[in-house]
Order: sequence, then structure tokens, then C-alpha cells
Amino acid sequence: MTTKRKTFEYAPAPESRAIVDIKSSYGLFINGEFVDGKGGSFKTISPATEEVLAEVTEATAADVDTAVRAARKAYETVWSKLPGSERAKYLYRIARIMAERSREFAVLESLDNGKPIKESRDVDLPLVAQWFFYYAGWADKLGHAGLGPDPKALGVAGQVIPWNFPIMMLAWKIAPALAAGNTVVLKPAETTPLTALLFAEVCQQAELPPGVVNIITGAGPTGQALVEHPDVDKVAFTGSTAVGKAIARSVAGTSKKVTLELGGKAANIVFDDAPLDQAIEGIVGGIFFNQGHVCCAGSRLLVQENVYDDVIERLKRRMATLRLGDPLDKNTDIGAINSAEQLARIKELSAVGDAEGAERWSAPCEIPDHGFWFAPTIFTGVTQAHRIAREEIFGPVLSVLTFRTPAEAIEKANNTPYGLSAGVWTEKGSRILSMASQLRAGVVWANTFNKFDPASPFGGYKESGYGREGGRHGLAAYLQGASA
Amino acid sequence: MAPTATASLRKTLDGLPGVDQVGLEARAAGLGTRSIKTTSKQWAIDLAISMVDLTTLEGSDTPGKVRALANKAMRPDPTDPTCPSAAAVCVYPDMVAIAKDTLGDSGLNVASVATAFPSGRASLAVKLADTRDAVAAGADEIDMVIDRGAFLSGNIDLVFDEIVATKEACARPDGSHAHLKVIFETGELQTYDNVRKASWLAMMAGADFIKTSTGKVQPAATLPVTLVMLEAVRDFRDETGRQVGVKPAGGIRTSKDAIKYLVMVNEIVGDDWLDPDWFRFGASTLLNDLLMQRQKMLTGHYSGPDYVTLD
Amino acid sequence: MTRIDVRKTHKLYINGAFPRSESGRTYEALDAKGDFIANMAKASRKDARDAVLAARKAFGGWSTRTPYNRGQVIYRIAEVMEGRRDQFIAEILAGGTPPKRVAPCVDASIDRVVWYAGWADKYVQVLGNANAVSGPFFNLSTPEPTGVVAIIAPEAPLLGLVSVIAPAIATGNTVVVIATENHPVPAVTLAEIMATSDVPAGVVNILTGSAAEIAPWLASHMDVNGIDLAGVTDPALATELEVAAAENLKRVLRAPSGPADWLAEPTLARLEAFVETKTVWHPIGV
Repeated sequence: MTTKRKTFEYAPAPESRAIVDIKSSYGLFINGEFVDGKGGSFKTISPATEEVLAEVTEATAADVDTAVRAARKAYETVWSKLPGSERAKYLYRIARIMAERSREFAVLESLDNGKPIKESRDVDLPLVAQWFFYYAGWADKLGHAGLGPDPKALGVAGQVIPWNFPIMMLAWKIAPALAAGNTVVLKPAETTPLTALLFAEVCQQAELPPGVVNIITGAGPTGQALVEHPDVDKVAFTGSTAVGKAIARSVAGTSKKVTLELGGKAANIVFDDAPLDQAIEGIVGGIFFNQGHVCCAGSRLLVQENVYDDVIERLKRRMATLRLGDPLDKNTDIGAINSAEQLARIKELSAVGDAEGAERWSAPCEIPDHGFWFAPTIFTGVTQAHRIAREEIFGPVLSVLTFRTPAEAIEKANNTPYGLSAGVWTEKGSRILSMASQLRAGVVWANTFNKFDPASPFGGYKESGYGREGGRHGLAAYLQGASA
Repeated sequence: MAPTATASLRKTLDGLPGVDQVGLEARAAGLGTRSIKTTSKQWAIDLAISMVDLTTLEGSDTPGKVRALANKAMRPDPTDPTCPSAAAVCVYPDMVAIAKDTLGDSGLNVASVATAFPSGRASLAVKLADTRDAVAAGADEIDMVIDRGAFLSGNIDLVFDEIVATKEACARPDGSHAHLKVIFETGELQTYDNVRKASWLAMMAGADFIKTSTGKVQPAATLPVTLVMLEAVRDFRDETGRQVGVKPAGGIRTSKDAIKYLVMVNEIVGDDWLDPDWFRFGASTLLNDLLMQRQKMLTGHYSGPDYVTLD
Repeated sequence: MTRIDVRKTHKLYINGAFPRSESGRTYEALDAKGDFIANMAKASRKDARDAVLAARKAFGGWSTRTPYNRGQVIYRIAEVMEGRRDQFIAEILAGGTPPKRVAPCVDASIDRVVWYAGWADKYVQVLGNANAVSGPFFNLSTPEPTGVVAIIAPEAPLLGLVSVIAPAIATGNTVVVIATENHPVPAVTLAEIMATSDVPAGVVNILTGSAAEIAPWLASHMDVNGIDLAGVTDPALATELEVAAAENLKRVLRAPSGPADWLAEPTLARLEAFVETKTVWHPIGV
């Protein structure tokens, strides 16, 4: 008979790094080629090991200006003169190349960002290819987008993206911008620049005209220089609400168009008639997907009081099966926290949760010796008066609150300056529709959570920002309105 | 016959949480992406072999065929004594005695389908006689089918009573009883909500095992259906303290599939079910694929059908 | 003997009532020649605050009325305006608009309200979408009203005013409007129309006074969700308001870059400016 071992242990199943060739240093991608910057450089590390992956250029204001000029020139001399059908073909090319090189990008993303390969491979990269494919098809159909017969591009788009979904956010930004006929200067986050720099190679392989896409690296000041550049017509930003507000202030009095995808503190509402096992998956996916580094994360769980014990017990049991560790291991569910800075913030807010009397429970998992890690954690006994129920933690930390009636659930769910997303779990159809219409959030996931699609508009109410990405609405964000 | 508490039975079944098809299937698919390699794979393959109910349920079955099957179950890989044996052979009632005789004191069980398998379209008296026959012939396990027509038309009392009666028919004169596996034919129940209800119904009526399918209807076992049943046995034990086994049957043909099921068992119900006493595969061709994979793991090169026995 | 006419006290319009400014202040509205027309209530920041409270209170009810009903209510505004057509003509004439432009302007104003009334039950179809996502999900995007919108009305006495109010309330927002400082009298008449048509209290609140003084309080008010700068002609003030609006990320509709032609048929831009697209997902399964 079989040798009985007590548990089914999964042997390490690491995805090979060999597919990725990381250079020791990177310049800026301006006007179709990599060039040296005028400033210094910084290191990007693997958050799972703290290993230095590469040196990256810190673009100065002068570099930003060079990039914007390149984009302007490409816009005026090439891109705005191309028929939409020709722009489409470039975007289709990019979509195909992204699918072909998907594994390479997934590995690099997991290395630089710390997210599990399972997610970069099965979620981020498939969406990237799909995003380009979807918007490619719009490029020669702009007259059917509801903005009049011949809507015009805006010009040069300055795009600043975050570190939580680096290549996916790049696709969300670049695909609609190019389809609409704009040229772009994009700055990836300083902790996760590598996939954007690899994307520059994709632009070269696709023979995209020089200057249509420019990638500049750097931190806050670089982003600020880009956003404030007077020759930028459109600003698209995904990131924190604080920076979003600063951008909104900086474009005041200009004619720049702006879209902002900012923070959130989404309520995930579980009624007593919910499909419980799927709700548990939705709760877990809602807050622990991508280590909770998700602006639309379901970070506030609102549970109907009469099923509270049952839900918490099931949730803890499920959390105990989450596998934390090497992002490149194909069985890893929870990867590394993206940076020391972010880890410090998660720890700080969790400590506030403790201090305010909420009860902390963390999944029992071994924390690696190196790198930045935080075990999946829930706080129970949380009320609206707790800071961890109000502030975005942006980590694998769930605050659990209770409610008694649908009205109370709505009141609590909406009682936040944010309004990006919300979840509702109930098997009663009319209640879903009622809740969905009352929730002040740009995306409502009913009996599901954290679903994304290029055809589906995404974006927030209130302080979660404005404008939409995805779908026809996402295209409109890069076109002059019919009124203009 | 045990009295049925209609109202409370219905209340329990109606009170079960719903199953969202999309979420369930996504969860099953997610578990299916686990990458089981090297030592884990070896371990899982051996475990899977030890969980196989090696099955022949054909009109053309003969004593010769059943004897061959029983030998295969005892010595799946005759060239390798470290290879575990299967859990049981599964046959029609009239073949039980042959199987029992061949297996002898090997420790392997004989499972017999009964209750007018596979359709279950016979009178209760016939179904019970079928069951008693098999038990009398030495069956260690009885795989009964529920009356899907009754279930779908809302006559759950009838389904419940038949399970109770069949369980009673599993009793042996010495007071022990053959283990009762209850087959739902999930492909006919159609919805996951029905599968969950049927699971609870069967467990409340005394099932020792719940089993997906007869193998005669498509789709037979699937990962999501098995996931619903695993959740049901988990929740049932939480509520009653009694552990019930799960047997996906039909359509599981590859080691890769079998390992996905074991991953699911591991992550949904845990170690307690990772045992042939609590989890079985109803299969025939699966065994040889497990054996070829096992040989590949041991020798480092791919095996072929000439190196496993065909019976 | 000439009858002594009964003059009107021009007051604010807040929460369906006509209070004087809590500050007790007034200012003189003058005609084109600089002659006195009336003392106008000069709204204070506290009046603005009260108006926001009223607008917030009215938002839940107004935004959840059926679109058909909202359309009827707005259409009713046009009906009542039609009855006051001569009054508007007289008031706008007194304000100094060249006589031959006055009647067309009043007529266009009434027609504008009718135009937007018709949008109340259509904009969702035009701005919303059923989204074909690549998975077993029902996915629908619908526009919803942004909430409480502050409006600095343009100079164009009546046409500009209704052209900014009507789209905002057609989609279900509630509004706090600062009437044009120089020609406020038609705004007060419009307020009376709001009060005597079927518009619920608080849906439209109209303040008279100094936009430069009150608008910053509305721009920085954390319970205001959007701001329409249509009537802000001073670039410095426009920038100041936009900066203040950033504090809670109000949706900002900037003033037109050149002189606005309010007589031209509108686009959807003003309907789109103060709606939020909500996308709802649900699995499709059995």
C-alpha cells in the first residue's frame, strides 16, 4: 500500500526565469529608441528577495520635455495623419506580440512586482493582450463611439501609472490613447519599471512609428513634470487619491483633459442568503488578490449579523489554505508586498487596528526571511469609527463589519469619501438590483468580485476619481467631445 | 422503514445556501491550476491508485473479465511490488461472488452496483432484492442510484425513503453492513443546487459515500460537481460530526485529472479525506494512465501501453 | 390717478422657500442705463451652505424618481415659463438686452427646457451600454447623477441659466445655482416658477449675489460633488475654484473658452458632465 504521509505537500514548482533577459541598466525610451537621461539613476529590486534587478534612469524635467516633444512631433507628423485602419493594425500587432511574449512578461512582472506568477500569467497578461486587441478595433470606428461623426484625438497624453498592475495599467492607458489617435508619454511606477521598458521593445518589434509611445522612468518629480508639462493635452493617472488631488489642482485653469483612477475602500456586502462558498471565494479574491494592492479591493467586508459566525469561520478556514511565498512558484497565492515603504504602511495601519481594539487574525503561514511580506489578515469587531474601516490600507488586510438590514448595509457601504467599487452577495435578484442602484460606486460586482474586461468601463465616484477606462467610455476619455 | 420527517427534511434542503455556477466553476478551475511536481506528484499518483474502484459495468461482463479485473486491482503493476493496489473492484451484483473469490483475503473490497443500476427504474422491492443479492454474495460496498425522476419532480421523501431502505438492505446477518454509496447521476440533476440538495438528502438518509455518476450518462464526474459534494460532506461533518466519503465516477481518465481531484480534496476538506476510506475514483482506464505516469516518474522516460497490463 | 405698483422683494430660493439672506445684506440690481431696478438679496456663505444642505436632502428623492416623472416635472417648468413669457421679456429688456434679441431668447429658453425635459428618460439609453465581456457575465453600464452640483450661471440672463440648470436636473442631480450678478431678476422669476411648478423643494436652489464671494465656498464644500463654471469669466477665479474643487475631486465643467452661443442647439456635453457611469456585473449561470 501507499506510504501514508500526513499531508499533501506541494513540492516547489517555480516558473523558470530563463525566459527573461534583464539588462543591467536601462535608458529612457524616447522617439523609438533608448537614450540616456540627463539625471541620475535608481535601482529596482525584487520585493520577494530584495535582489537588485536593474538600474533605471531617473528622467529629469528636461528629459520629460524631450519625450513630450517627441510625442508631439509624432502626433503632428505621423500619427494624426494615419487613417484609423492603419493605427488599428499597429495595435493588433502589439496585441499579438503581447500574447506571444506573454510568459516572458509574466515572469518579469512577478519578479519586479512580487505578484504571484499565477496572477501575472492568468490575469494580467491575458488582459493586456485583450486590451490592445479590443481598442485596436476601435481605431477605425471612432465615428460610431457616440461622439459625433468624426471625433478628434486630443494630442499628447501624459500617463502616470502605479506599481500594482504595471503592464496591465500600461495597456489600459496606451491602448485607448493610441486607438483614439493620441501619442503618449508614459511613466511607470518607480518600483516596477521593467515591464514597461520591455514593452518599449514590443513597440520596436511592431515597428510603431518613433515617438508614438515614449516610456520615461522616474519617481514623483518625473511624474509631476510630465503632468504639468504645458504641451500635454491629456493627463491620465492611476494611483493614490492624494496624488490625484494634486494633479487635479495642477491642471486647474488649463485646458487639459484629465482622468483619475484613485483609491477605494470598497464594501463587500454578504447577505444571509448568499451563495456562501462562492461568497467566501469572492471575499478572499476581493481582498487578497494581488496582496490587496488593488484600488477596487473589497477591503470592508459587511456581513449580515445572523450569518456572521458562519462566514468568519468559513473565511478563516479558507484563508488557512492560502499559500504565501515565492512569486514565481506556480502554487503561490500570496506574493510579496511591493516595497518596504508599502509594507511599513500596512503594518502601521494594522497596528492602528490593534490599538483601536479590533481583533486581528492572520492566516498561519511562514514568512520568508528576505523580502517584504505580510500574511493575509482580517480584523473583526471593526466599526465605521475605526480608521481601518476608512483608510485605504492597500494590502492583504480585511476589515470586517456587520449590518442588520439592507438599508444599514447601504448606509455603511456609502459612508466613505471613496466610491470605486462594491460587492453584493445574495441569491435574491430584486435585492441585487436594489443594492446595485443604491451603491455609490463605479463598479458593482454582484455575486462576483474583481472582474475586469476591456469592454467594461471601470472608474470611480467621489474621491475615487473621474473618467472611465474600458469600453466606449474609456475611448471617449481620449477624444474631444462632440461639444468641442 | 424509518419514518421521514418531511417538513424538517425540506426545511434543511431549502435552507442550504445556493451555489453560484460561475463562481463554483471558477474555483474548481483555479484549483486545477495547481502545479504538482516531483515528489508531490509521485505521492499523489500512488494515492490515486490506492483510491481507484476499478470498474466494469457492461452487459458483456463475464467471470473471465471480472477475474482479470480483480487481478489487475490487486497487482496494478505486476512488475513493481511497490505499486499500491486499487481500493476495490466494482461490478454488477451477479459478478460479486466471482470478484470476491478472486480477491480473497487481499484486503480489497468488492463494490456492487445495485437498485436497478443505472436507471433505477424498478420497483422498490426489486431494488431491495437486487441489493440483498449483492450483499449476500459478499459485496463490501453497495453503489445505489437515486430515483432522479422522483428527485426532479419534488418527491424527495421517496428518494430519502429508498436510501433508508437500501441501507437497511445492506445489513448482514452478523449486524455489520455493507457500505452504502449513493449515486446521484449529477448529469441528470443538471444544476449544482440540485447536487448540493441531493448530497444532503443522501447523507441525512444514511449514505456512507456520495457518488457523482453511474458512468452511463454524460457529463459524468466533473471537478465542479465534485467540489459541491466535497463542500457538502465538509459542512455535514461540521454539523453532525459524521464523516461521509466522496466518489467521483466516470470521465476521469488521466493522471493529471486525478491529481486535480486530489488537490481539490486537499484544499476543500483536507487530510481527513485524503484516504481510500473517504475518497474514491470510479474508473477503468484511469488506472493505466496512473501506472504509466508512475513509471515515468520512476524511470525518467515516458512509458507506453505495452508496459501496462490491458485486461 | 396712476396706481402705485406693488413692488416685489427679490429673495433667495432655498429648499423651496424664499428667505432673505441670513446676512441681511442686499445689493442693487441696475438696468442698462445704470438705474435702480430692485434690491437683490446678497447671499452669504451660510446661505450657500443652507442651499447645499437642501440640495443634498432633495437628492435621494429626485434622483430616484422615474425618468418619465422627472421629464414631466421639467416639462412643467416650461409650461409655467410660457405663462410668464411677457414678464421675462420685460425683465430681460430692463436688463439691457437689445430688444430684438429678447423675445427669441425667452422663446429659446422655454424650448431649451422642453428639449432637456425629453432627455430625462433617454440619456440612460444613449450614454449607457450593455457590455459584451469575455466571460459568463451580464455587464451593464448606466449613467447615474453625480449628486449635488454647484453652478455659476452664465451672464446670458435666462437662456444661459436654464441651459445649465436643465441638463443637471434632467439626469437627477440637485443644484445650487449662483445667478449672474448683473442680471439677476429673471433668475428670481425662474425661482418662482420652480416653486409653483412641480419641482420638489431643494432640487433647484438659486442664490443671488457675488459669485466671486460665494463660489469659493461651494467649490470647497465637501458635500458638493460637481461644479459648473459656466459663468466664471475671470481666469484667476476659475483656477481658484478648480483648485478648491480638487479637495474632494469634484467634477469640474470648465467655462467655454470663447463666448458661448447659447442659442445653438446643445450637444450632450452638459448631460454627460454630471453623470457617473456605474457598471454592474453579475454571473450568468443556472
